[in-house]
Amino acid sequence: MADQKDIERPTPHGEPPRDWAGALGSDAETPRLASVAEDVGFMGSALYEKGKTIHNKRIDGPFRRFKWLVMLVTLAIYYVTPWIRWDRGPYAPDQAVLIDLANRRFYMFDIEIWPHEFYFVAGMLIMAGIGLFLVTSAVGRAWCGYACPQTVWTDVFQHVDRFFDGDRNARIRLDKAPWTASKIARRTAKWAVYAAIAFWTGGAWIMYFADAPTLTVDFWTGNAAPVAYATVAILTGTTFWLGGFMREQVCIYMCPWPRIQTAMLDEKSLIVTYKDWRGEQRGSLKKAAKNPDQYGDCIDCNMCVAVCPTGVDIREGQQIGCITCGLCIDACDKVMKEVGRPRGLIDYATLDQCKAEAAGAPATPAWKALLRPRIFIYFGVWGAIGAGLLFALGTRTHTDLTVSPDRNPPFMLLKDGSVRNAYTLRLRNMEARPRDMEVALMGLPQGAVMWTDAVAREDAAPTQVIAVPANETKVVRAYVMLPPGIDEDDSLAFTFRLTSLDEQRETDLAETTFAMPEDDE
Amino acid sequence: MVNKRIDQPTGTETVGHEWDGIEELNTPLPRWWLWTFYATIAWALVYVVLYPAWPLIDKATAGTLGWSSRGDLAREMSAAEAARQGVFKQIAATDIEALGNNPELMAQAIAGGAAAFKVNCVQCHGAGAAGSAGYPNLNDDDWIWGGTLSEIEYTITHGIRWEGADATRANYMPAFAGVIEGAQVDAVTGHVLSLSGKAKPNPAGAQLFADNCAACHGASGEGMVAMGAPALNDAIWLFGGTAADVKKQILAPRHGVMPAWNERLDPVTIKMLAAYVHSRGGGQQAAPVALEAATTGDVAQTPKAETDG
Repeated sequence: MADQKDIERPTPHGEPPRDWAGALGSDAETPRLASVAEDVGFMGSALYEKGKTIHNKRIDGPFRRFKWLVMLVTLAIYYVTPWIRWDRGPYAPDQAVLIDLANRRFYMFDIEIWPHEFYFVAGMLIMAGIGLFLVTSAVGRAWCGYACPQTVWTDVFQHVDRFFDGDRNARIRLDKAPWTASKIARRTAKWAVYAAIAFWTGGAWIMYFADAPTLTVDFWTGNAAPVAYATVAILTGTTFWLGGFMREQVCIYMCPWPRIQTAMLDEKSLIVTYKDWRGEQRGSLKKAAKNPDQYGDCIDCNMCVAVCPTGVDIREGQQIGCITCGLCIDACDKVMKEVGRPRGLIDYATLDQCKAEAAGAPATPAWKALLRPRIFIYFGVWGAIGAGLLFALGTRTHTDLTVSPDRNPPFMLLKDGSVRNAYTLRLRNMEARPRDMEVALMGLPQGAVMWTDAVAREDAAPTQVIAVPANETKVVRAYVMLPPGIDEDDSLAFTFRLTSLDEQRETDLAETTFAMPEDDE
Repeated sequence: MVNKRIDQPTGTETVGHEWDGIEELNTPLPRWWLWTFYATIAWALVYVVLYPAWPLIDKATAGTLGWSSRGDLAREMSAAEAARQGVFKQIAATDIEALGNNPELMAQAIAGGAAAFKVNCVQCHGAGAAGSAGYPNLNDDDWIWGGTLSEIEYTITHGIRWEGADATRANYMPAFAGVIEGAQVDAVTGHVLSLSGKAKPNPAGAQLFADNCAACHGASGEGMVAMGAPALNDAIWLFGGTAADVKKQILAPRHGVMPAWNERLDPVTIKMLAAYVHSRGGGQQAAPVALEAATTGDVAQTPKAETDG
């Protein structure tokens, strides 16, 4: 292809369309006449391929508008969330979403996760994983097409390109133009905006890990932790590089997810497809007007290729570069409307639906593809984990007691012949306020008393009240004493009972043993 | 041999070689991949120069930065040492009976004492400080030489019956072998055991006890901390509580020895050891007057005041 023609009317890779069934490997292959001579790159062979910048054309349509919506919502969530305040009283931070690594707490609105509850995070990660399976089997690579950060930021940077350099053809021209002062100025301005967006992205990330307003001040006055600056630097760099320059290369070569999804798609998965039985033989309107019988609906305008953010030709069939964003559907529908042919030459459909349609069956609505066992099973598993997590979250107590008895010495004989055992008690107060908690002995013989490292032995009693600071685990060394004269050689099983002395009256029990001296007579 | 052709199903060129009908597709990698590969080579070259890399006979090349993991360890150790200095200074400046006013400092002293205990004390007193026959248990509420913080500190500092230490705690119970006869020994033993309810009262033994023992051990065997005379009316026996053990101790007393630790440990470590031993469950409070004087000021800080209030 001549360069001039390339600019005006981009060509796909110049091959006839892939057969539907061929994609599934059943029917005979169409002989193809590909030419690789164009791609000759490094060292005169095609061992390495020179990067080709994708200059995707602007398009409007339902999918583009949906993409806008998802982009704005996800970016808004990302940038705004750390700045939402959430009053938790004087003993806890007032940031709605905060991953407090230093104090090992994770705050999310009304939910506070402690390290021992990390299974909530693990559960959410499992849900995210199964959620991706669910979405993939339901609507194909919707994650890749709309919500993946790489997609969202690539989209942002492509809009920046458009703002500075114009639409597709203008950008292609500028790319090929010599480095004049004006081009240098444009590129500098554009890359400065890239850098600003990248910096803002990196800067927003660290706000999740500390009080956002304080950290912002600290950051600009040079008082933030070195790790904060390093994180911002790294994320600024990766956003600038991956979003500004690597773009679709990330999806095609770096990301494992497309490869995994390849294994998860089948004939019943919704994908973006070109209905070749309707579109072939491709031909311009002029050609088609001469020989209407020989040509299909595709007028070979290449709009679907021009608008594609990863630069693929969807007419070749499902492929690793297709992120299923639907922009080619918008483009094709628009063209079909202009030439007066029905929409949906490129559309969301399953391979099975296409096969049926090609065989003459009426078109099935795309949503029917959602009604299949696999999706219900994924949804069931996903929902069950979610329900389990919610149940655990709703029923968890904010009080916990663990007891570890002293092993050496296991018991202690005192002057008056009474026997003392020592225990380390850990009283956990997960409320964001200090609470008094009562520790009581249950199941020991009459006369058993306890005291702690903070309560003198003179004040020993069957129960003790311990003040536990807000949001803390208080470690207390407790002594339990049995009066002399209890004739028992074995150790005694008993229970510590913890009760919060507030309106909640939360309790927790901890079983342990009381060791007795062996009879030496 | 080179026979490049286009593979039909994929449309990709082959590399041009064929092995028994097997061909390889030449799918081009992106060129940035190649540059990434070169970048890793450049990185490796720089790394080899800067960091230890080439193994030699007995060591490796040092690298121009002089980095070593041993150096990292030394740096971290000295940083930790420096970080501890503040606490050590604070402990050194605080009177031991006043340590309890600052619960945080007390907790650090106890932790430091626990570490020093494992190095210096467990050989005799045991890992759990429970002692054994002849080696006092430090967990219980029976203190031969006193169980307040300052008394424990004194004992650790100067030791017990430690030769060459002028201020060492010392006493010597006379051996009664030859002083009292067989039946008399049995009678005194019987009386001593009766003090803690382990035997029936023995009037003859009581008389002998009053004449020979009460001066140090007290009229009712309550002992005398000032002289280090153990209490005989309790359940705790340093050298054993059977009649044979007691008799043996009357006839030929054994005397334990503990080193004066000021010869080997610095005052801060001794203070921390005292705090740890005191925290084992049997520690006694200093006389009320001293305690009051020591705790005025920030009573509210102590957890005791909090819970009691």
